[in-house]
Order: sequence, then structure tokens, then C-alpha cells
Amino acid sequence: MSLKVDIKKKFKGFNLSVSFETNKEYLGLLGASGSGKSMTLKCISGIEPPDEGFIELNGRVLYDSDKKINLKPQDRNIGYLFQDYALFPNMTVEENIEAGLKLSKKEKVNIVEEMITKFHLQGLEKKYPVQLSGGQKQRTALARCIAYKPDVLLLDEPFSALDAHLKTQVQIEIMELLKLYTGEVLIVTHSMEEAYKFCKNLVILKDGNSVLFGDTKEIFMKPELASVARLTGCKNISSCTLVSTNKIYAHEWDIEIELNESAADIGFVGIKSNSFVVADDSSERTNIIECEIIDVIEKIQGYTIIFTNKKSRNTASHMYFDIKKEKWNNRNNKNNLFLKIINDSVLLLK
Amino acid sequence: MKLSPILISMRTASAAIVITFFLGIIIANWIVKIKSEKFKMILDGILTLPMVLPPTVMGFFILLIFGVKRPLGKFLLDFLSVKIVFSWTATVIAAVIISFPIMYRSARCSFEQVDQNLIMAGRTLGMSEFQIFWKIIMPLALPGVASGGVLAFARGLGEFGATAMIAGNIENITRTLPLAIYAEVAAGNMDAAMNYVIIVMTISFAVIVSMNYFTLRGRKYLSKDKIK
Repeated sequence: MSLKVDIKKKFKGFNLSVSFETNKEYLGLLGASGSGKSMTLKCISGIEPPDEGFIELNGRVLYDSDKKINLKPQDRNIGYLFQDYALFPNMTVEENIEAGLKLSKKEKVNIVEEMITKFHLQGLEKKYPVQLSGGQKQRTALARCIAYKPDVLLLDEPFSALDAHLKTQVQIEIMELLKLYTGEVLIVTHSMEEAYKFCKNLVILKDGNSVLFGDTKEIFMKPELASVARLTGCKNISSCTLVSTNKIYAHEWDIEIELNESAADIGFVGIKSNSFVVADDSSERTNIIECEIIDVIEKIQGYTIIFTNKKSRNTASHMYFDIKKEKWNNRNNKNNLFLKIINDSVLLLK
Repeated sequence: MKLSPILISMRTASAAIVITFFLGIIIANWIVKIKSEKFKMILDGILTLPMVLPPTVMGFFILLIFGVKRPLGKFLLDFLSVKIVFSWTATVIAAVIISFPIMYRSARCSFEQVDQNLIMAGRTLGMSEFQIFWKIIMPLALPGVASGGVLAFARGLGEFGATAMIAGNIENITRTLPLAIYAEVAAGNMDAAMNYVIIVMTISFAVIVSMNYFTLRGRKYLSKDKIK
């Protein structure tokens, strides 16, 4: 099982240029909105033709601009779960599931029955989409895709249309149900959490370009690019220059940072908002920031402290630090804060 | 009051709506699929013209085509012994041409309002374009298409200008209800005209109300409560 994609498509003021390969494992396409994620899925499924390039699924060429091959969506055998599910409103759950099946009446009935049971849709067979809840709609849409036995399943922002309180439950449910499916799964998402939770490998899209491709955990550990670091949730990013082989200067924060490793060829430095430790009493001097607290934002789990470097000679940009509630509440002097950068977790970026 | 205008009108409007209905749907479906916006706009302009032009202008054009001294009219008369102008067929042609834009525009508008994602979903599920049209687009567009059909029927029933020009006002052959009303008024028989007026109004009103009723019932899948 494999999917190879290398496509280009031009729009007004936007160029899509994406290439990646998958094999078996769940692949995520992560990017900010407008980065071309959905368009990539549309090109793979044949809904929108790319301008040039190549798409191959399990050794079958779906699209090849050189050889003038462009299979119709009907002939590609690709399952597409739309963001809004795209259930046919004039058909019941049953009718939706069997809509695309080209089988005898009896086989259809069997498959529909099987899907209804597997996707826990019993009792809803005769209901119309408008009568279903968000989760039920999604299960119906997924059942409809899988009944059709596609070679690859494309999920377009599968959880974005759900209410927050349903999301976790539906995520678990859907991931459990996806185990019934043995083909490839491609998940488009703008959420780093979903990408981290569900995808073994990631393709990072930025402004229509696939900028990075690799193992999800490695990408989150070592994002390599400033844009990728931002997508993976790193809130503090500054441009920087090398002072010596293992010392850098971050322009926006006006801070010098000593590194554990020697660095070369870097343009940015990233520090996650949980990569600091409080060091009020420390006598250490290296990698300590004396903080000018700008604001304290209370969240459900803790506080985010927004601060700048107090020693800065010019206006330094804001930095973010996450701290647990008890820890912050137990502090005696909330106005003076010294933070130490955990230098193992400093991200060196291009 | 003579019955013949009522019968002629019903026959004309019924024959015309069958042609207009299918022609409107086919052409609307074709226009919707055209990719070039410019081409689409120009074609749409031509197809909609009969709606805004005075019916006499359309009558004029039909005479230009089917007149017995014109190539097509002459050909039909000489070789097939068919005379279109001043025949019952002419009343149907007039009604079709005048009511077509209403049908075409309603159908096009309804087709365009069908969510594109549904059509895409149909394609990725392997449904043929034929299946997609009949199982998805048509059922979803049906209320709009049907109400377009009703309006087109009512318009065909009321057609006067183009009919008068190409079919004339021949009693028992081409004298439809609107022409009968005109003829009676011209002859000073206001009471006779009133009878026809009441009949036209009753038919038109009944058709539209019954259509509204069916449209409402036809969309049962959109309401949460009515289906048990």
C-alpha cells in the first residue's frame, strides 16, 4: 500500500506545490488555514485537477500530466470524508450508505446491515441527516466511505465541525472505528493536537508548499523551521545570530542564550512556553531572564505569564511562560520573576 | 359562453408545458456545467430574452422562421404539407417560447443551489453523472424546478401577444382563452369576457396553490418533526 503525490497547481496569488509519500501508517497534513491542505485532498481525489505532476496509489497511476492521465473521481477508488460530511439530505442513513455501491440488491442489504452494526447506527436506518446529531452524522459519513471499500481514506478536518465537549469522545470513537479499515488514512488538520494524537507521519504545509515531511514525534521534538515550530505550538520564536559556536543572541528578546550543543546555520530560536523553570533564588547567571511581567492570563489548567526581558535596552517583544496554578499561587513575590531557560529544549530553527 | 377556447387553452398549455419543462431542465443542466463564465452569460442572455421582450417581438421572429414565404416554412409546406402559422401548433410554439425562460431560469437557479460538496461526494463514491443528476441534484432541486414548471404553465396559459401574431384568432382552432377575452371585449360583450376571465383566474390560482402545497410536502426530509 502506498500513495505518492507530487503536484502543482496555480491560483491567483497562491501556488500549490505539494509532494510526499506514505506507506500504511496514518499520515497527517498539518498547516494553517489557507495553506492548501483541502486543495491537496481535492487533487488526490480527482475533484479538482492539478496543473501538473503525478499521483500514484498502490502502483496505479491516478494522475500524470506528462502522460496525460487523469482518472475521474469515480475511477480512483478513494474515500473522502468531507468536513461538513456531505450526507445527501434527501436520503435516509441506509440510502446514504448504499448510494455508491454497485452490487446486487442482496449484497447491498448485507453491506448496509454490516455498516449499520459496525458504526453503531442501529435504529437510525430510516432517519434523514437533518435528524442526526453531529457524531451520528460523522459515523454515517464514515460508514458510507468505508462501505465503498476505498484504497485510501481522506479525512478533511474530521473533528472541526464538532462541539468541544463532544470532540474528545468522538475522536476516540472514530479512531476505534478506523481500525476496521485496513487501507491508508490521510488526515488534514490545522490542530497540532489532532496531528500529534492520530498521525504517525506528518507533512507540513505552508503557503501551499510542503515544507517538511517526517515522523510526527521527531517533527514536534525538532521542528527545524520557524514556521513548523509555530505550527507545533511553540509560542516563543525570535530571529537570532550566532555569538560563538554554542552561544546565540535572540534579537527580539534581547537575550543571549548558551547552548548545550554547537550550532551552525540557524536563523531562528524557539522556546516552548513550558521550557522555563522558575529560578528566583538562583545565583546562576547564564540563561536566566529577569522578567518584566506584562500580563497574567488565567486558563483552566494554569496561568500563562506574558513577560519581556527587564534588562532589555530597547523594547523587546513579548514571551510566554506556562505555569501550574498552585505553583503560581504559592509564590510570595509575584512581581519579581526570574526564569531559567532549559537549554536542552531550546529549538534551533532555520 | 363557448367551451372551445377553454379546451384549446388547456390543450395548448398542457402540450407547451411538457415541452418547456423538459427543454428547460435539459438546457439549464447544460448551462450550469459550462465552465466559461463569459459564454455562460451570453447564452443566458439569449435564452432569457423572450421574458423581457414584448411577446410581439417574439411573434415577429417566429413568423420570420415559419412564415410560408420563408425557407423553413416553405419547405415544410411544399414537402411535408405542414403549415405551422395560423394553426394550433403555432399556439403551442408561441406558448413554449414565451414560457421557456421562466422554466429555464428556475431550473438553473435550483441546480446551482445544490451544494457542490454533495456532487463531489457522489463522484468520490463512484456514482455516475447520470446517477448524481437523478438521485441527488434532481430531488434536491425539485421544489424549485416544479414551481418553475407551474409558473411556466400559468404563463403559457396566459400567452396572448405572440399567439395573436403567429396563430391568429381563428375560432375553434387557435382562439385560446386570452384571445377569446380580447375578441369578446372588442365585440362589446363584457359579460362573456368576464366568464372567460373568471375561468382563467380560477385555473391559474388553483394550479399555483396546489403546487405550493406539494412543494411543502415534498421537502419532508428537511423538517425534523414531521417524520416519525
